Amino acid sequence: MKIDRRGFLKIGGLGILGVAVKPVIDVVSKAKLAEASSKKGVLVEKRLAMVVNLKNCKEGCTDCIAACHGVHNVPDIANPKDEVKWIWTESYENAFPDQEHRFIGGGMKGSPAILLCNHCDNPSCVRVCPTKATFKREDGIVMMDYHRCIGCRFCMAACPYGSRSFNWRDPRPFIKKVNPEFPTRTKGVVEKCNFCEERLAKGLIPACVESCKNKALVFGNVEDPNSEVREILRSNYTIRRKPGLGTGPQIYYIV
Amino acid sequence: MNNRGMIIAGIIIFLCLITFPIWYNVVGGKAAYTPELKIVSKEKQCVESTKYMRSQHMQLLNDWRNSVVREDKRTYTALDGKKYDMSLSNTCLNCHSNKADFCDKCHNYLEVTPTCWNCHVVPEENKL
Amino acid sequence: MFEKALIGSKKYWGLAIGLLAIMGVGAIFYLQQWNYGLGITGMSRDVSWGLYIAQFTFLVGVAASAVMVVLPYYLHNYKAFGRITILGEFVAVASVIMCLVFIIADLGQPTRALNIVLYPTPSSILFWDMIVLNGYLLLNILIGWNVLASERKSVPPPAWVKPLIYISIPWAVSIHTVTAFIYAGLPGRGFWLTAIMAPRFLASAFAGGPALLILLSLIIRRFTKFDPGKDAIQNLGKIVAYAMSINVFFILLEIFTVFYSQIPEHMHHFEYIFAGLGEHGKLVPWMWASVSLAVVSLILLVNPITRRRESILALACVIVFFSLWIEKGFVLVVTGFIPSPLGRVFEYTPTVPEIFITLGIWAMGFLILAILYKIAIAVKEEIEA
Repeated sequence: MKIDRRGFLKIGGLGILGVAVKPVIDVVSKAKLAEASSKKGVLVEKRLAMVVNLKNCKEGCTDCIAACHGVHNVPDIANPKDEVKWIWTESYENAFPDQEHRFIGGGMKGSPAILLCNHCDNPSCVRVCPTKATFKREDGIVMMDYHRCIGCRFCMAACPYGSRSFNWRDPRPFIKKVNPEFPTRTKGVVEKCNFCEERLAKGLIPACVESCKNKALVFGNVEDPNSEVREILRSNYTIRRKPGLGTGPQIYYIV
Repeated sequence: MNNRGMIIAGIIIFLCLITFPIWYNVVGGKAAYTPELKIVSKEKQCVESTKYMRSQHMQLLNDWRNSVVREDKRTYTALDGKKYDMSLSNTCLNCHSNKADFCDKCHNYLEVTPTCWNCHVVPEENKL
Repeated sequence: MFEKALIGSKKYWGLAIGLLAIMGVGAIFYLQQWNYGLGITGMSRDVSWGLYIAQFTFLVGVAASAVMVVLPYYLHNYKAFGRITILGEFVAVASVIMCLVFIIADLGQPTRALNIVLYPTPSSILFWDMIVLNGYLLLNILIGWNVLASERKSVPPPAWVKPLIYISIPWAVSIHTVTAFIYAGLPGRGFWLTAIMAPRFLASAFAGGPALLILLSLIIRRFTKFDPGKDAIQNLGKIVAYAMSINVFFILLEIFTVFYSQIPEHMHHFEYIFAGLGEHGKLVPWMWASVSLAVVSLILLVNPITRRRESILALACVIVFFSLWIEKGFVLVVTGFIPSPLGRVFEYTPTVPEIFITLGIWAMGFLILAILYKIAIAVKEEIEA
C-alpha cells in the first residue's frame, strides 16, 4: 500500500486523536468501577455516623457550636446573607418539615435541633461536583478539598439539608481567634462540616461530641455491632432528616 | 522603496522597548542579584535534600496535600527512611518559622505568588 | 473575510464604541468582585445562584435560534431560511460565548476554572454542560464561517461541513436538555424537580431564539441593503407562535401538578412567585408581568391578522423576549432557593455591581454579534451587488 503525504497526515492525526481521547475513556471506565464497588451489599468495614439525642440537648447551650467553629476557624459573620456555619440550631419544625403537625408534644415544638452535614451514604453534593472537590471517603465522611473547589456552588443547590456555606468574602477578618493548626478558608470556596477528620486522624473524637457535657452527641462506627452508636440505635427509636430523598443521611436523631 | 528608514527606526524602537527591563536593571545596578535566604531551623536536614527541595518543593507540597486531603494518608517516608507528618503549617513551618525571610524572599524575587497563605496560617509568633 | 468587520459606517463604529464603553464599566465592577469576592452580589447562603446563572440559563435558550432555521433549511429544504441560517448561527455563537462568560463570572475561584477539564467528572451535569456548550460553539463557528466563505466565492461549501450541520441539530437539543438537567436532578429543590424541565427549556428556547432573530432581521433590513426576506420572517413568526403556546401549556401543566397534588415542598415555591409568602413577595409583580406579557404575545401571535403585520409581529417578539427573560432569565433560578430547604424565606435582589457586570457581558455578546453580522451582511451585499 502506498501512503502519500496526505494519507500519512490523516493516519497520524487519527493517532493523535486517539491519544487525546484515551484519558477521557479511562475516567469513564473508572467511574463505572467506582459505582459498582459502592453498590449496596458490599461489606464496608467502617461507616462513621452520629446520634443526636435532642432530649439531652439543653436549650441555650452552644458548647458544640463554639467548639466546632473555634477548632475549624469558622468565621462569625453575623448577617444571614454571608454567614458560614458547620453546626447550628434550627427549630424542630424547620429541621424536620415532614414531621411537623399542630400538636407536636414532648416539648419539641419550636425547640432547637442541632444540625450539621449528614455525611450521606448517597450524597447528592458529591454527585454534582464538577471537579471532585467534594467526595466521599471510604469511612463515609463527605469531604471537601478546598484546594480544588472552583466555587460554582452546584453542591449548595444539590444539598437538601442546607448544610453548605459559601465564602462570599474573605473570612479571616471574622475569625476572632485563629487556630494555627487548622487552615482557614479563602474567599470563593464552599465549606462544611468534615466530621473532624483531622482530629480522627490523631485518635480524637469530633470536637462537638467532646464538648457536649450532656452526652447529647454520640459518634462512632455503625458497622461495628459493639459500638456505642449501634447500642443507642438498638435501644432507642431514631429518625433522620428527609429520609424520603434517598440520600441516606448518617445523623440519627432521638426526639 | 524609500520606507527603509522608517522600518529600521521602528525595529530599533521595538527592540528598545522589549529589552527595557534588562536595561532598567543594569542601569539601576540591580542586575542578577541572588536573594539570600536565612534558614532558621531546629533540624539540620530538611525532609529531602536541599537540591531536591529547592527545585521540587512545590510538587512535594502538592503531593502532600493530595495525599492528606484526598487519601487520608498523613505520614511521609523520606528517602532516608525518616517519617514525617505531612503538614505545611505544622511540619514545614515548624522549622522554617521565618516565612518572610525564607518563603517570601525567593517568591518575590521570582514574581510568584503562591496562594498557600490565603488559608494556611503563618505561626503567630513569627508573623511580620 | 474578517477585514469586512474593520470597514464600516459611523453608525457601526458608534455602536461598537458604545458597547465597548458598557463593557468597560462592567469590567471595572468585575475587578471589584475579583477583589472582594462574590459577596458583592445579592446572592446569599440561601439563594446561592442569582442573576449570572439565570442569564446563562436564558442565553442557552437564545442559542437555539440557529437550529430553528437550520433544521427547516437543511432537513426540509425550506429555501426561504437559506438566506438567514448564517444569522441564526451567529446568534448562537454570540449567546454561547455569553453563557460561558456568565459561568466564569459566577465562579468563586475563576482561576481554577480549568479544574473541570483537569479532573473530569462524568457524574456532574456541569461537566457535560461544559462539553455540549463548547461543542455547540465550535460547530456553529465552523459551519457559519465556512458556509459564508463558500457563498462569497459562489462555490458549494466543503463536503465535511454537511455532516457537521446534521450533527448541530441534535446538538442544539442537547445543550437545552443538559442545562435543564442541572436543575431537574436535584433532590430537595421542589421547584426544579420536574421531568418536563427539559421540554420547557426547549419550548421557551424555540420561542425566544427565533423572536430575537425576527427582531434582528427587521433591524438588518432597516439599516443595510440586505433583506432577510418577508417569507423567512413570517415563518419564524409561526415558529414563535407555536413554541410560545407550548411553553405556556407546559407551565400550566406544572401549575396543575403542583397545586392539585398539594405537596408543600413543591407548592411553596409557586405560592412565593404568584402570591408571596408572608410579607415576602418581591418576585410577585415580576411573575405577573411575565404572565401578562405571555398572554398578550399569544393573542398577537396566534391571530394571523396581527401576526402578518410586521410591525405587530415585531412588538409581539419584543413581548415574548421580555416575558421569557423574566420567567427563565430570573424567576426560574431564584425561586428554586425560596423558600430554602430549611423553610426560610430569604429574598434576593441583584446589587448595582452585579447588574453592571451582567450588562457588561450582554454588551460583549452584542459586540460579538455586531461584528459577526457586519461580516455576514457585507458578504451578502457583495454577492447581491
